[in-house]
Amino acid sequence: MSNSDLVTTDYSKVIHDGLWNNNPALAQVLGLCPLLAVSGTVINSLALGVATMMVLIASNLAVSLLRLYIPNEIRIPVFVLIIAGFVTIVELLMHAYLYNLYTVLGIFVPLIVTNCAIIGRAEGFASKHSPLPSLVDGISMGLGFTGVLVALGVMREVLAQGTLFADASLMLGDWATTITLIENYDGFLLAALPPGAFIGLGFLLAFKNVIDQYMRKRRTSQVVVDIPDANTEPALSQSD
Amino acid sequence: MEFSQQQHYSPQTPAQASVSRVMLNVILALIPGIAVYIHYFGWGVLVNIVLASLFALLAEGLILAIRRRPVVTTLMDGSALLTGILLALALPSYTAWWVTAVGIIFAIIIAKQLYGGLGLNPFNPAMTGYVVLLISFPLEMTRWNPPLELAEQSMNLLEAFRYSFTGSLPQRMDIDMISLATPLDLVRGRLDMGFNLSQIRSEYSIFSNLSGKGTELINIAFLAGGLWLLYRRLIDWRIPAALLSSMLLISAVFWLINPEFYLSPVFHLFAGATMLGAFFIATDPVTASTTPVGRLIFGAGCGLLIYIIRSWGGYPDGVAFAVLLMNLSAPLIDHFSQPRITGYRERKS
Repeated sequence: MSNSDLVTTDYSKVIHDGLWNNNPALAQVLGLCPLLAVSGTVINSLALGVATMMVLIASNLAVSLLRLYIPNEIRIPVFVLIIAGFVTIVELLMHAYLYNLYTVLGIFVPLIVTNCAIIGRAEGFASKHSPLPSLVDGISMGLGFTGVLVALGVMREVLAQGTLFADASLMLGDWATTITLIENYDGFLLAALPPGAFIGLGFLLAFKNVIDQYMRKRRTSQVVVDIPDANTEPALSQSD
Repeated sequence: MEFSQQQHYSPQTPAQASVSRVMLNVILALIPGIAVYIHYFGWGVLVNIVLASLFALLAEGLILAIRRRPVVTTLMDGSALLTGILLALALPSYTAWWVTAVGIIFAIIIAKQLYGGLGLNPFNPAMTGYVVLLISFPLEMTRWNPPLELAEQSMNLLEAFRYSFTGSLPQRMDIDMISLATPLDLVRGRLDMGFNLSQIRSEYSIFSNLSGKGTELINIAFLAGGLWLLYRRLIDWRIPAALLSSMLLISAVFWLINPEFYLSPVFHLFAGATMLGAFFIATDPVTASTTPVGRLIFGAGCGLLIYIIRSWGGYPDGVAFAVLLMNLSAPLIDHFSQPRITGYRERKS
C-alpha cells in the first residue's frame, strides 16, 4: 500500500483527472442521485456541490492520514464512518448558518454519505496516497463534481424558468438577486422534472465525448503527420 | 391463344415492400381518418398536419446534415413525414406553431436521430414528442375544441393558420370556445365529482351513440384504414387484435361490475385515440415487439395500460403513455418469446 508513496505524484495529472478526464459525474458516472435530484436550480446545485466538495476534501485528507492504521479487512466501514462524521459536521453547519437552504436541500445533505464518488476516492486514491496528493485530488474531484452539477443546474433553470440564481439569497445573503433572462417565460416544465435531468446529463456526457474525440483526433493526426505509421490509419477510420 | 409477354412463374412472391412504400401506404391509410377528423373538428387539424410535416422534414434534414448522412434519400423514406402526421393527429386542433415545433424537435432529433435514426430508436418518436408536450405544456395541450356541429363559431383555414402563428382569434370568438374537455376528460372529471354515467351522458350533448360526437366516426375511419393495411399485409394483425381485445375484455369486466361508473367497452374502443393507436401507433415496426408471441403480449399490454390510464390516471388519454411503456418492455418481451427454431424440440436458453 505504501510503496506508491515512493512514486512522485504528478499533480497536474491529478488535477486534470478530477476536473475532466476522470470527472466523478461525466467519466466515473458516480453520485448521480443527488446530481439528478437537486440540479433543478443553480443555487441548489451550487450548495450541494460545495457541501459535497467539503466532505470530499476532508474525508480524503483524513483517510490518507489514517491509511497506515486502518486494517485492510475493515477499511470500507471505517471509510464510511469517517465520511459520515464529516457529513454530520457539514449538515450541522448548514443547519446553523444556512437554515433556509438546508430546508430546501432536505434529505440530500445527509445523503452525501451515500455518494459513491466520495467513497470511491477514499478507496481508489486517498487510501493509497500521502496527504498532499489526496488533498489535491479531493479539491479537483470536488470541483469537477460541482462544475457538472452547476452546469446541469444552469441548463435546467434557464429552460424551466427562464431565470438564473433564483433564491440566491438563501445561500449568498440578501445582496444576491435573481437574474431573469427571459421575461414572461411560460416555462418548459420538462426541464424541471426528472426526465429533464436525465436528458441534460446525457447531453453533457455527449458534449464531453465530442470534445475528447476532437482532441484525440487532433493529437493522432499530428502523430500521423510526424511519423507515418500504417497502423494508426485503420484505427482512426474505425473510431469515426 | 396468345400468352402475354410477361410470364409468371412460380413461386410468385409479391414485390418486396421497401420502407418508403410501407410509409406511403400507411399515410394513405390515414387519409380517411384525417378527412373525417377535419370534417368534424375544423381546419385546425389540417394546419397541424401541414406544420408538423414541414417541421418534421426540416428537422430530419437538419440533423441528417449534421450527422453527415444522405439527406435526400433518407427524407424520401417518408418516416419523418409519418412521424409528423402522427404527432399532428395527437395534438389539440388549435395548437400554437411553437408547440408543434418543440414536439417535432423532440420526436425527430432526440427520440429518433440521436439514437441512430430509423430502425434504432427504442421509443415511438411521435409519441415521445407528444408526451414531452403534454407534461411540459399542460395548459396548451388540454385545450380541445368541440365538434363543429356543437360549436357556436368556427374558424376557416386562413383564420386557423393565423391563430397558430399569432395566437389571435377572430373577433367573433373567444378562447373559451376552443378550450373544452374531450368526452373522456369530461367523464373522468364528472365521475370524480360524484355523478354517475347516465347523468353525465344526459347532461352534455357531446356524447353520441358509441362515444363522442365526431370522435366515434373518426375512430371508425381509422379502423377502416387499419383494416386496409391488414388486407395489404403491411402491418401484422397480432398487435391491433391483441390491443383491442385486451381493452374489450378489461373494460367489459369493469362495466359488468358497475355500468354506472365504468364506461362501456364500445365507448372505450371508439373514444379518444384507440383505433389510431391500435393500427398506426402501436404497430410501429421499429419500436414494437417483433416475435409473433411477443406482438400478442405487446398489444395486450398496450390495451391494458390504455384502459388503466384512462380510468385511473390524470391525463386526457392513455395511448401515448401505454405505447411508450410497452416500447420500454419490448426488448424483454422479445427476449422471452423467441420462436422455436425448426428442428429443435425446445427453445435453447
